[in-house]
Amino acid sequence: MEANQSNLKKDSIVIVLFFLALIVVNGILVGTGKLKFGTEGFGIMVAAALTIALYSFLYQDNPIFKMAEHFYVGVATAYLFIVTWYSVILPDVILAWKDVGGTDVWVTISKSLAIIVPTILGLLVYTRLVPRISWVSRITFAAMIGFGAGFAIPNYITSHILKQAKPSMLSLWTAAGPQWGAIVIFVGVITTLVYFFFSVEHKGSIGFIAKVGVWFLMISFGASFGYTVMARVSLLIGRVSFLFGEWIPLIN
Amino acid sequence: MKAIFLCVLWLTTFQVWGEVFPPDDVSAIDKPNDNGSAIILLWKKMDYETAKIFYVTYIATSPSGPFLVQPIQSSIINFKTDLPQSFGFAEDNKNWHALEITDYLLAGGEKKDMIEQNKTYYLRIGVKEGKDGNVVMHPKTFGVTPHGNYFAFNKLNNFLLFIFLTVVIIVFINLAKKNPNLFVRRIAGLEAMDDALGRATEMGRPVLFVHGLKYMHEVPTIAAVNILGRIAKKVAEFDTGLKVANWDPVIQQVSRETVKESYIEAGRPDAYKEENIYFASSEQFSYAAAVEGLMVREKPAANFYFGYFYAESLLLSETGNAAGSIQIAGTDAFTQIPFFITTCDYTLIGEELYAASAYLSREPKLLGSLKGQDLGKLMIIIVLVLGTIFTTFGWEGFSKIFWPM
Repeated sequence: MEANQSNLKKDSIVIVLFFLALIVVNGILVGTGKLKFGTEGFGIMVAAALTIALYSFLYQDNPIFKMAEHFYVGVATAYLFIVTWYSVILPDVILAWKDVGGTDVWVTISKSLAIIVPTILGLLVYTRLVPRISWVSRITFAAMIGFGAGFAIPNYITSHILKQAKPSMLSLWTAAGPQWGAIVIFVGVITTLVYFFFSVEHKGSIGFIAKVGVWFLMISFGASFGYTVMARVSLLIGRVSFLFGEWIPLIN
Repeated sequence: MKAIFLCVLWLTTFQVWGEVFPPDDVSAIDKPNDNGSAIILLWKKMDYETAKIFYVTYIATSPSGPFLVQPIQSSIINFKTDLPQSFGFAEDNKNWHALEITDYLLAGGEKKDMIEQNKTYYLRIGVKEGKDGNVVMHPKTFGVTPHGNYFAFNKLNNFLLFIFLTVVIIVFINLAKKNPNLFVRRIAGLEAMDDALGRATEMGRPVLFVHGLKYMHEVPTIAAVNILGRIAKKVAEFDTGLKVANWDPVIQQVSRETVKESYIEAGRPDAYKEENIYFASSEQFSYAAAVEGLMVREKPAANFYFGYFYAESLLLSETGNAAGSIQIAGTDAFTQIPFFITTCDYTLIGEELYAASAYLSREPKLLGSLKGQDLGKLMIIIVLVLGTIFTTFGWEGFSKIFWPM
């Protein structure tokens, strides 16, 4: 209990010091005219404070990071609520009724059902709040998973098998000589497929082919790793240029 | 004499005088193998076509008009070869223009209307040289009524493959029911799972499960929830804590159901704590921040990452690594596998994620599916080898059977 209170006190001091430092730096920046006093300037101050707070995690977990983390999670949840309201509930559940109605009875019924059925399925999820009837929510989950699997199967066959097979069946030899690109693709695809064969122990010749497949995988992962790291570095550069470009104008 | 006649004929045609003639063999058809939301205007490629020749189409919902002018089409685009799903791969396809129409501009040229099934549309076509040239109209109007088709014959290869895989998987499920000891090769990451859970039990620290950022109806998340069930059962048997951080409320509810059932299966319903399967955040990086916070504060002994991940993969696994947790990951997100390989103790690559639940549970349904998929893969290998051999020897017909439409 005493340790908790001591930690709480330490956390409060760190947060107060952090805010004091921000007030001083931002005060100097606004005072010297390097940062505009207004909504735009305030936005930059908040963004800079949150950037520093989140980067402070690189040192270790600390109260400033905790504060930013909770702030971030809260804002994201509020944002989700607003997005769900304006992009789902309002247009698809409430305003959608405007389009219902007309001379054709069947069209009216089908349009009504297209609103009512998903709405009921959505509402069924809330039965989880009442333990006695919480099993009813499984209807919604079963519908979602069933729809997902059924919808995914033909798309998966197209994208994961047929679309991959087409560029893998290339001519290995043309009038211009051996097609090394096609040969590498052919060997890579076959050996990698063998690696993902679970019914046979990877020993002997199968083991050798699977090992070649692993090499192909690792080379492609290495390339992907390098490419993504470059993208991450550019993100870091983006934040650093924000801090020392827009907030504290040290770099042009 | 014949040469002089042909020369005179050529000189009197548009090549010299800049005249163009309307296209031949024009027809309008309902787009085959669709839901009745598209029509196709066909006409034969003209001998005089160059990049300067443009076609103009008009559409009306009544034979008497008004005919609404549509954006002009260059003569070097829109061929039957662009629509193999409707016209296949016939050699002659390159000699035919095919303009697919799914919507059309209304008067004023700003708003569009969609093509509706069972409604008759009337099309006209004209040709002009240069964008500002005079339009020479084809004298006829072509009527067409789009209808929905019950069966998309262009997807027959997809359907047959689906039937083949389904039959094979059902057969193997039945075989697995008779013999549950069907061989599945060792998957190192999964062998280590028990060790990781044992370590968590010994250290008295919880186990953390993260199932990526895909929605509940998507395959990687379904596979992840299957694995979560297995882990939860072991966790219940070992009497260890289990934390599941969710990014989506639906996944959270399904995970609660799954974990609860696993605890009941293990005979420990009393140990199930609903609040441990909690909603963290719906936004990618705030979710990552929340899970990272949990990792450094509660220091889970083992972290499991199964599902589809994006940029948060490295943030999570690096933090878990720094917190000293044993980490096992499994994902089919190609771009994120390298990050897991570098930061986790074991990584399941691609399809190993799907094999994992069968390997862990040895349930006939999952085991049979895995064996069936293996046979499917064997068939694909055979097709690829044969397709490559035939293509190399100049016959593409075999490989075209497997082309997506």
